[in-house]
Amino acid sequence: MFRRVSFLWLFGALLIASCAPPGPRVLRVMTHDSFAVSEPVVSAFEAEHNLTVQFLSSGDAGEALNKAILSAGNPLADVFYGVDNTFLSRALTENIFEPYHSPLLAEIPDSFKLDPTDQALPVDYGDVCLNYDRAFFTEHNLQPPQRLEDLLEPEYRGLLVVENPASSSPGLAFLLATVGHFGPEGFLPYWEGLRQNDVLVVNDWGTAYNTEFSGSSGRGPRPIVVSYGSSPPFEVLYSAQPLEQPPTAAVVSDGSCFRQIEFVGILRGTHNRDLAEAWVDFMLSTTFQEDMPLQMYVFPVNPNARLDEMFTRTMAEPQHPAVVSPDDIAAHREAWIQAWTETVLQ
Amino acid sequence: MTTPHRPRPKTALGSLALWLAPLTFLTLFYIYPLAGILGVSFARSPAGLAAPLRTLVTSPHLRGVLGFTFGQAALSTALTLLVGLPGAYLLARFEFRGKSLLRALTGIPFVMPTLVVAAAFNALLGPRGWVNLGLMQAFGLAEPPIEFVNTLGAILLAHVFYNTTIVLRMVGDFWSHLDPRLSGAAQTLGANRWKTLWRVTLPLLMPAIASASLLVFLFDFTSFGVVLILGGPRFATLEVEIYRQTVSLFNLPLAAVLSLLQLACTLTLTILYTRLASRLTRPLALKPPSYTQRRLLTRPARLAAAGATALLLLLLTSPLAALAARSFARLDPERGQNTPVAAGLTLDFYRELSVNRRLSLFYASPATAIGVSLAYASATVILALALGMPAAWALAYRTQTLSTRVFDPLLMLPLGTSAVSLGLGFILVLGRPPLDLRASPVLVPLAHTLVAFPFVVRSLTPGLRSIRPQLRQAAATLGAGPFQVVRRIDLPLIGRAVLVAATFAFMISLGEFGATALIARPEYPTVPLAIYRLLSRPGALNYGQALALSTILMAVCAGGMLVIERLRIAEVGEF
Repeated sequence: MFRRVSFLWLFGALLIASCAPPGPRVLRVMTHDSFAVSEPVVSAFEAEHNLTVQFLSSGDAGEALNKAILSAGNPLADVFYGVDNTFLSRALTENIFEPYHSPLLAEIPDSFKLDPTDQALPVDYGDVCLNYDRAFFTEHNLQPPQRLEDLLEPEYRGLLVVENPASSSPGLAFLLATVGHFGPEGFLPYWEGLRQNDVLVVNDWGTAYNTEFSGSSGRGPRPIVVSYGSSPPFEVLYSAQPLEQPPTAAVVSDGSCFRQIEFVGILRGTHNRDLAEAWVDFMLSTTFQEDMPLQMYVFPVNPNARLDEMFTRTMAEPQHPAVVSPDDIAAHREAWIQAWTETVLQ
Repeated sequence: MTTPHRPRPKTALGSLALWLAPLTFLTLFYIYPLAGILGVSFARSPAGLAAPLRTLVTSPHLRGVLGFTFGQAALSTALTLLVGLPGAYLLARFEFRGKSLLRALTGIPFVMPTLVVAAAFNALLGPRGWVNLGLMQAFGLAEPPIEFVNTLGAILLAHVFYNTTIVLRMVGDFWSHLDPRLSGAAQTLGANRWKTLWRVTLPLLMPAIASASLLVFLFDFTSFGVVLILGGPRFATLEVEIYRQTVSLFNLPLAAVLSLLQLACTLTLTILYTRLASRLTRPLALKPPSYTQRRLLTRPARLAAAGATALLLLLLTSPLAALAARSFARLDPERGQNTPVAAGLTLDFYRELSVNRRLSLFYASPATAIGVSLAYASATVILALALGMPAAWALAYRTQTLSTRVFDPLLMLPLGTSAVSLGLGFILVLGRPPLDLRASPVLVPLAHTLVAFPFVVRSLTPGLRSIRPQLRQAAATLGAGPFQVVRRIDLPLIGRAVLVAATFAFMISLGEFGATALIARPEYPTVPLAIYRLLSRPGALNYGQALALSTILMAVCAGGMLVIERLRIAEVGEF
């Protein structure tokens, strides 16, 4: 009986905890589930503006955007962070954001500003690139792939694992890299060639990277995988034993990577417009931008933000990633995925 | 002496009183959000309902998805029964040491997140798993002989792995109350063992087998993570297709039509089940397990029991054991490195779990995550029992009324509902006071209860319906009020079933991932959420920590189930 009572108390405590306490104003920030930030950085922001930030994690990037769209006008939060350039058109068409011409936009290169109306402001970017297992290529006396075209060669037969673009965000990004590189006419013949060369398709990044890829701690059979440009430095940062060199490397030649840019916006109908503006400015400021890489594995769009020395040492960055505009992505996403499915899976 | 009460609610009004709480709950947190999202989705279709319906009817792809969804669910359910029934017999009919431990161990798979299960199976059967490596070495093969990832076999195996515990518990509990003299009589009359099993025992068990099969089938029918991760890109269930249409393609009208199709299938199944169940149920003299169970005395009996136990453990716990072992193993240094590191045992990954290396705001220690998980699970157990018990009683007492025939299938619908659709429905309709719950953690146990509630009802009704009405009538004649009848007759006879129900609610909440990921506060993740975060990042240290936390989740789950087994219902336990 006592056990029951204590359960009820717990439930009651949860109920009470969920009600907003009186005190400083509350700013609600809705994000996808990969969002992370340092505690001191947020505390300083809260103290400076005398407010409390409440984060709402809302599933993966697509799920979070759907939530924002279905609550448009009566928003769940004041700010939404986590729309990327593959979803940007959907967010803008559905009119979920209020424009905000942040003064900090002046510091950010134009190449990141994909929305001229300033409803969605760029925060960070990351590149989806091929990663390879360095040890495998040393042992087999084989040249690691340099360009996407190399993967069609017989010596790379059966070495590549990719994610399904219909279910995985890096999978879609890599499909877009091939669209950008080979053109809307040329990407399907390329994939037909990959299929001839025994490419393996799995549905999610975890299976590709942890199970099938030989360079990760899962020790799979395939030495080339679609992952992020930042994956090699994180193999060093989060290694089980101290490492000098990453066990993997990314292929960053021109047109072989796709750049994902993530945006923040003020949700239409917020009652805390002033706090929301302060938060957006904060995300674009060097304080937040410098905190981001080690927390979220993405890179600052603000060039004044300095990167940890570890990154410059262990990471190669693509100079010219493949480009596909958000409008093209929105217009052709379904058709490209459909055509890809018919070419590669059937 | 007081007027003798009839033990059953005499009028429809009495039955409605029992229905009040469960129906209010379902209306507010199930029907209302679901209607909301379906309405909005259809409103977004410019050509009206006709367009998505036409796609549904004309697309060979979607027909294939529907066929596959049914086919794999039927196969998985049959295999689960095949594995589960012998185990249920063992647990029901025999007394042996370590039985509660065996029951707890076989329940662990039910709560493990799909990503962890995928990792566990891959450690065994994957391209570089022990089995393939062993076979390659033994026979000098160049390629791994067993293909596992992206196969139908992987889906079926994972479904059996997850759901065998449902059969073990629901059928096992009911079986343990069957009077062994019934089969004894059949044998005296000349029937051999198989004939007795086929003609006497199985028919008597049918209500529980049907209940368990329905739940297993619905779980497999709406399977998402297993099909997506282990099945790979060539297989899709309706649920996977709904997710794809909603999230990747944002085709809400088509997603809504698919959701309705999934609901219609669920409803048809549950109506069939309800018809069947009322025909299968016979009033029985239920006996306490202490009366029906024997010790394992003969050598063949012991050998058979050891064999059955070994099979269950091999199938249900060996993948997890492999994973737990891995969480204590220091990883060897290869991978292009020349730094020599001795392979061996280590607690590094467990130590690292308690370190917030990057001062992350959303860091949660294992203790915090376990606390959050247990708080949600406790709330779910209470809520699911509080709502499910009245509903089960109402169903059991009045089997033939219209309200029962209507409500019984309705109760099962949440299990067959697309989680993506329902989650978005919450966002749509729960955004205005007094029900402004969109950002509230209270939604987590509410969502878990929607799944746990049908389990509670299905765990209780077979037992309740089998209680002979004469028992209750006799008690009433002797002056017992309706509550006294429940306390003195019903609860002692189905006390174990209440514990089974509580255990299911606990396990469902502990392992739930989809709804929790959509609602939970990032500062207070549940254990599965924390595991998912670690697994979604590169780096051996993250991978090792994910395995360590999974091992902790297994321990918490087994511990929780052992505690629930020790509880006693109505101060009588099993008599």
